[in-house]
Amino acid sequence: MPLTYYLVLGAILFSLGVLGVLTRRNAIIIFLSIELMLNAVNLTFVALSNHVQNLDGQVFVFFVMIVAAAEVAVGLALIVAIFRLKETVYVDEINLMKW
Amino acid sequence: MNTAIGTIDWIPVAPFIALSVLGFLIMIIGLFFPRIYRETLGTITLVGLAVTFFLILQNWGEPRYAFANTIVGDKFSTVFNGLFVVGAALTILLSLNSQENRYLLYADYFTVIVFATAGMVLMSAGTHLLTIFLGLETLSIALYVLAGFRRENAFSLESAFKYFLLGAFASGFLLYGIALIYGATGSADIQEVTRWIQQNSLTGSLMLPIGFLLLFVGLGFKLAIFPFHMWAPDVYQGAPTPISAFMATGSKAAAFAALLRVALSTQSYTAIAWEQVLWVIAVATMTIGNIIALRQDNIKRMLAYSSIAHAGYILIGFIANNELGHSGMLFYLLSYTFMNIGAFGVISYLSTAEHEFVTLGDVRGLAYRRPFAAIAMAVFMFSLAGIPPTAGFISKFYIFSAAVKAGYVWLVILGVINSMISLYYYLGVVVQMFMSAVEEKAPATATQQPAVALALVVSMFAVLGLGIFPSRWLAVFMEMARSFI
Repeated sequence: MPLTYYLVLGAILFSLGVLGVLTRRNAIIIFLSIELMLNAVNLTFVALSNHVQNLDGQVFVFFVMIVAAAEVAVGLALIVAIFRLKETVYVDEINLMKW
Repeated sequence: MNTAIGTIDWIPVAPFIALSVLGFLIMIIGLFFPRIYRETLGTITLVGLAVTFFLILQNWGEPRYAFANTIVGDKFSTVFNGLFVVGAALTILLSLNSQENRYLLYADYFTVIVFATAGMVLMSAGTHLLTIFLGLETLSIALYVLAGFRRENAFSLESAFKYFLLGAFASGFLLYGIALIYGATGSADIQEVTRWIQQNSLTGSLMLPIGFLLLFVGLGFKLAIFPFHMWAPDVYQGAPTPISAFMATGSKAAAFAALLRVALSTQSYTAIAWEQVLWVIAVATMTIGNIIALRQDNIKRMLAYSSIAHAGYILIGFIANNELGHSGMLFYLLSYTFMNIGAFGVISYLSTAEHEFVTLGDVRGLAYRRPFAAIAMAVFMFSLAGIPPTAGFISKFYIFSAAVKAGYVWLVILGVINSMISLYYYLGVVVQMFMSAVEEKAPATATQQPAVALALVVSMFAVLGLGIFPSRWLAVFMEMARSFI
C-alpha cells in the first residue's frame, strides 16, 4: 500500500483526537482523545520510518509510548484527586477560576 | 545514526546527569529520613544546584556534541542552563517559607523541582528533536505535579488539572510536527534537517512547513502566547506561589530556548516569511495580556497576564532576528527571571498558612506594616513596568532598539504603547502599598523568613545591578548570539 494511506489514516485519527478534546466534557474521555492523538502520531512515525528507510522514527515511537505512560500516571492521579475533592470529572464543573 | 559506542564526551551531558543524580539523592534521603528538616533538604538541593552551575560553565566555548549528536554543550546552552539553575535555586529559597507552605514538607517537592530543571536543561542543550521533546515532557510532567502539590486545595488541583489537559494536548501537536519534519527530511536531527533544507527548498513539499507550524504551536502553548495563552492565568493563580514563579520564568525561558534553537539553526523561520504572522501574534499577545491584567484584583492572576504580555515583548526580539534581538531576548529572560520571581516572592514572603496575601486589598498600606516587603515589591513592579534604572527598562530598550534596527518601527510603537498601559496596573500595586491606610482587620503577615528574604534581596540586587551595569552581561549574550548564527 502506498505511504499516503497511512498518512491519511494518521491525520484522520489525529483530527478525531483533537475533535474529542475540544468537544467532550468528561476528563477521562478527553484524556483518551489525547492518547488517540499520540497514537496517530506513532502510526505516522512508523509509516514515515519505512518510507525514509531508517529506524529513527521507530525509536521515536518507543519514547512516545514511555512519555505517554508517564503522562497517564500523573494524569489519572490528578483526575482521581479532583474526583475525591469535587465528586466530578466533568471539566465544565471544575470552574473555580475564571476571568 | 551512529551505533558504535566510542569514547563519549561527558562534559555536555554533565549538567543533566548531575541534576538527575541530585533528584534521586533527595528522594532517597527523604525516604530514609522522613522527619528530616525541610531546610536541610533545601540546603542539599542548593549545594547540588551550585555544583550543576559549575558543570554548566564548563560548556562555554566551541560546540561539543555527545550521544550521537543529540545533545550539545555550547555558548547558547551554557547561558540558558545557567538561567534555569539560578531560577530553580531562587524557587527553592521561596519554598522555604516556614509558615505558608506546610504542604511542601515532603522531599518529593525538591526532587520534582530538580527534575523539572533537568528537563529545561535538555530542552536548551538538545540538538535532536527527540531530545527536545523528551526535555519538554520531563519539564511538563514535573510541572503538572508541582502545580497540584496542595492536594487538599481545590484551586491548586484545578490548576494542575487544566495545565495537564492543555499541556498534553499541546504536546500532541508538537509531536505530530516532529513526525512530519522527520518524514520530509528523513531525520529529526536538527543539523541533518538544516542540511536537507539547504540542499532542497523548504516549501517544496507541504509536509515540512506544516511540520514546523505544528512544532511552533506546541512550543507556543508552553510560551503562553496568543492564541494559546488561555491556560496561564488559571494555572498561575492556583499553583503554589513559588511554583507559579518557576513556571512563569523557567519554563517560558526553556520554551524560548527550544524555539530559538530550532528556528535559528534551520532558518525555517525566515525562509517561510512568518514575520508577518509573528508580528500579529506578538502584538495580540502583548495587548491581550496587558488589557486583561488591568482589571485583575488578584496579584498572582495579574502577574500571569503580565507574563503573557512579557512573552509578547520577548517575541519582538525574535521577530527582529538580528544579533541584538537575540541577545536582547536573553537579557530580557534573565531580568524577567529575577523580577518575576521577586514579585511572586513577596507574596510568598507575607503569606501565612491561614491567609495568602494575593489581592490588592491585602497589600493596602503594606509600606507601614512591612517596609522591606513593600520596597522590594515596588522595585519589582517598577522593573516589570520598565522604569529606569531597573533591569526591565534596559531589556525593553535592547529589544525595541533591535526591532527598530530591523525596520519594525510600528511594532516598537505598539510595544511602547503597551508598556505604558502596563504602567497602570503595576503602579496600582505600588499606590495601594504606599498611599492607602492599613485596613482595620488586616490579617497578620508571616514573620521570620530568612530564606525568602534572601531570595528577595538577591533578586533586588540583580534587578538593579542588571539595570545599572548592563553592558557586561550584554557583551556575554552578544558573544553567544554571534556564535550561533
